[in-house]
Amino acid sequence: MSTLKPEINDQDHIQGDDSASVTIVEFGDYQCPYCGNAYPIMKEIEETFGHQIRFIFRHFPLANAHEFAFPAAIAAEAAGLQDKFWEMHDALYENQYRLNGELFDELAETIGLDLEQFQQDSSSEEIKRKIEDDFDSGVRSGVNGTPSFYVNGTKFDGGATDLYQMLKESAE
Amino acid sequence: MLEKGATAPDFELNATPDQKIKLKDFKGKNVILAFYPADWSPVCSDQMALYNEMLKYFSKYDAQIFGVSVDSVWCHLAFEENRKLHFPLLADFEPKGAVSKAYGVYDDELGESKRALFVIDKDGKIAWSYLSPIAVNPGADGILDALEELNKK
Repeated sequence: MSTLKPEINDQDHIQGDDSASVTIVEFGDYQCPYCGNAYPIMKEIEETFGHQIRFIFRHFPLANAHEFAFPAAIAAEAAGLQDKFWEMHDALYENQYRLNGELFDELAETIGLDLEQFQQDSSSEEIKRKIEDDFDSGVRSGVNGTPSFYVNGTKFDGGATDLYQMLKESAE
Repeated sequence: MLEKGATAPDFELNATPDQKIKLKDFKGKNVILAFYPADWSPVCSDQMALYNEMLKYFSKYDAQIFGVSVDSVWCHLAFEENRKLHFPLLADFEPKGAVSKAYGVYDDELGESKRALFVIDKDGKIAWSYLSPIAVNPGADGILDALEELNKK
């Protein structure tokens, strides 16, 4: 059984209450179509189960297969430095159908980032390292493709729809 | 299926139409063999796409990875090009599945290799092996654990 390594820590982007009973970690890639399909379902899970859910996203860009996956992860992290990681995360998935190298500045403006700062941060080594650390965590945790989900620290064998189903059944 | 401690059977398989890979030429290096059923599975869950992102991890452990399936060299070439794979895929094509059989990971019914991983140490001994359910991509954590273990010796 594969487990999450390392555990959730202060480097993570976390949505929801610390007191939530279910912690979901997604390893995802902003260019992966399956992750794009999972995005609205994750939103629905968060809405349906509210305070019971804590959601964490870690990067797992398949950079050779998806040329914009790594730059998109950088954009999300750079937005994170201005406390807008989730805004960029959402914008990237909502605009996945037109993902390209020019999209990041546009999204940065849309969500109200300081553009100059965003561009400067986008070339930071620290951000690159953070994404590589996330990837490393995925590899160690047994991620075999994207998206991969972990529920309360254990790998969940299924996609977002299966996850929703499982939560619904266990809530009944 | 061959287990830990067994000598890895030598083989000579085509990586490209005019390049053959011999296992014994890799003595002194760790070798990872990833047997898989067929080229062209969906990309985000594809085992080879994952390993492609991990080549620098493998080289850190002085390990060379080879994918092995019964697909022909031409099929492998097209697959490598399409997926931008940067490691060799070997064609266990003629006689079909002979190497997969030697490692005990050939599925007679399907006529394909099973999904199996081997880590072979620098002396050509199998250090770790793993058979995955055919539909399940086994990821890479097991490979890394095995390589780490070898590094400790």
